[in-house]
Amino acid sequence: MEIVIETPNAPRARKGTNWEKWGWMYMRVSGAVLVALIFGHLLVNMVLPEGGVKAVDFAFVAGKWANPFWQVYDCLRLWLALIHGTNGMRTIVNDYAERESVRKALNWILLVTCLALLVLGTLTLTTFDPCIDPSLAKTLSVCATGN
Amino acid sequence: MPAGTLYRGKVGMWSWVLHRITGVAIFFFLLVHVLDTALVRVSPEAYNSVMGSYKTIIMGLGEMGLVAAILFHALNGLRIIAVDFWRKGTKYQNLLFWIVIIVAVVLFAGYAPVQIMHMLNY
Repeated sequence: MEIVIETPNAPRARKGTNWEKWGWMYMRVSGAVLVALIFGHLLVNMVLPEGGVKAVDFAFVAGKWANPFWQVYDCLRLWLALIHGTNGMRTIVNDYAERESVRKALNWILLVTCLALLVLGTLTLTTFDPCIDPSLAKTLSVCATGN
Repeated sequence: MPAGTLYRGKVGMWSWVLHRITGVAIFFFLLVHVLDTALVRVSPEAYNSVMGSYKTIIMGLGEMGLVAAILFHALNGLRIIAVDFWRKGTKYQNLLFWIVIIVAVVLFAGYAPVQIMHMLNY
């Protein structure tokens, strides 16, 4: 395959959306938001709880996800981080994969993995049910039958 | 060996190398982290059991490595944004790199003792 490299400072000849530019922009915008979201997450889940990550269990997650703030927070974290990470891996694959077939295959694997985990993560968040824990079901009013 | 350039062998190159390595490491952790969190939809026991495996000295050390990687990747990412969007970004990119390192070391120094105290109770 012949590769033509355009003169870097020439006006853009191709028409249509410049996806690479928007990918570049996405990395910076999502990155800036993720700095705040991830630092907050590490603080709340690892540093502040008594005992650190030892405190994180099913009840801890149920406690957080009872609050819509943390549902939205974690949903944003999931989507922004997974797409940011997958696009970063795509950049690396494009840099180092020498054979076109290998490059395409790796990028397809990245895309499928990203989509699968986005679906799995989003379903985990949106269908979460604290009542599957018998000890929580006894204490939480949302778990009371007949409501 | 050719003489040094503005980029090669200098902080521009090494920050790029570190950004890639830490990015790949964080990406693979993220894949695992989405999967382990999804276990809350299986059963409390399944989730608590896999979280239990994080509560060991080995995984605690791994977490420290992860936090170090995140600190560098996050702060250097802000440096990249500054270089790309701030008029004086390229002029100060070298200084910004060392600021990134210093802030990362300071934040890590604040985090590490807390993490080690937690690990001693595992």
